[in-house]
Amino acid sequence: MNRFKDSEHLLRVTGVFLAGIVLFLCLRAWFVPKSFGQYGHYRADSITEIAALPIRHAGHEVCESCHADVLEVKHTGKHANVNCEACHGPLAKHAEDPSIKPVLPDTAVLCARCHEANSAKPKWFPQVVTAEHSQGLPCNTCHQPHKPGLKDTDAKPADSKTADSKTAEAKK
Amino acid sequence: MNRRFFITLTGAAAVAWDSVLAGAPESSPNYKVTDHWWAMLIDVDKCIGCGNCVRACSVENDVPEGFFRTWVERYQVDDMHLDDPLVDSPNGAKNGFPPLPPGKGLTGPGVKEFFVPKLCNHCADSPCTQVCPVGATFTTPDGVVLVDETYCLGCRYCVEACPYGCRFIHPEKNVAQKCTLCYHRITKGLTTACCEACPTSSRMLADLKNPNDPIHEFMKKHSVQVLKPHMATGAKAFYANLDGSVR
Repeated sequence: MNRFKDSEHLLRVTGVFLAGIVLFLCLRAWFVPKSFGQYGHYRADSITEIAALPIRHAGHEVCESCHADVLEVKHTGKHANVNCEACHGPLAKHAEDPSIKPVLPDTAVLCARCHEANSAKPKWFPQVVTAEHSQGLPCNTCHQPHKPGLKDTDAKPADSKTADSKTAEAKK
Repeated sequence: MNRRFFITLTGAAAVAWDSVLAGAPESSPNYKVTDHWWAMLIDVDKCIGCGNCVRACSVENDVPEGFFRTWVERYQVDDMHLDDPLVDSPNGAKNGFPPLPPGKGLTGPGVKEFFVPKLCNHCADSPCTQVCPVGATFTTPDGVVLVDETYCLGCRYCVEACPYGCRFIHPEKNVAQKCTLCYHRITKGLTTACCEACPTSSRMLADLKNPNDPIHEFMKKHSVQVLKPHMATGAKAFYANLDGSVR
């Protein structure tokens, strides 16, 4: 008699499907982070998180804002374009709290990192064989690291003349 | 379905929709991701292999011992080995380069040696981000390839996919890590730790979207290449004075 007497079954199935879809959407909204998909298939908030990581190297502008006297000396020499933290190491903590005193680097080790002669180094770069050039003396015995070149001092190694950069280059 | 169930569902759906619409906060008030397109310019002729970049990077980014986000390679090539150069990188050049032991180096005609700093190329069409199954690695709108450590499963697909060998799995966190181009620094107007520490300015951070960036002038006057151009990765680590033997 009634052609739609069994339609209630269909309605129930539709209801179950709709409930399932709504549940899926709710769970999806719950589990997928809000920023996912803002720029692409990833969590845009992670960009903010990575950008908020702590800084260890303060940057030379920060150093120069206090140590202007060193900057003046440095600008007149060959190390004018060498940033402070290239030699002094990461000092963001010192920049934040100047009472944290950094340790002065040992020039016998520090200078050799760059200036120790090596056949793969570009030829224009000044190099010495430290064992012959300074016999283990710290480089700042004769040189002023902020403005390399010889200091006005008598404390020169015996044969420093024989082992300047040109001699070392000629040996290669 | 009775009325109570329907009303409960509607409420839940409304809450879910609200959270979808909420979106993410702005990353930094003064930094707009769409205003930048970061790259790195490396002048091979200026690299002295001191390892300052490697040390600075490892401190700045807490890189675990024995792994490297940037490293320096020493190449030795002679006319007999143009396609097969001698390459070494002792401890990633963290302690610089001792001279090659006698008898180890190449001695053929036309022998030359040089250093090549390496880092993530921050490819515009990066193979590593394409293979990530969970959206944990991606290229930011300002052109930096990053890893979302909270999403990374440590499946290593990206480590395999990178043609430049720039990724590694952090031994304790078990997630992929790589050079972030010091994203935490460049978004604050600083340069990267490696550029800051490079004594000869062999590395220079470059913003290709900034018309006043010196890289544009440099590229006009110099021959600049990328590594493995045949892989069409859109690499953005640009090398000046690069030898043909470098891979």
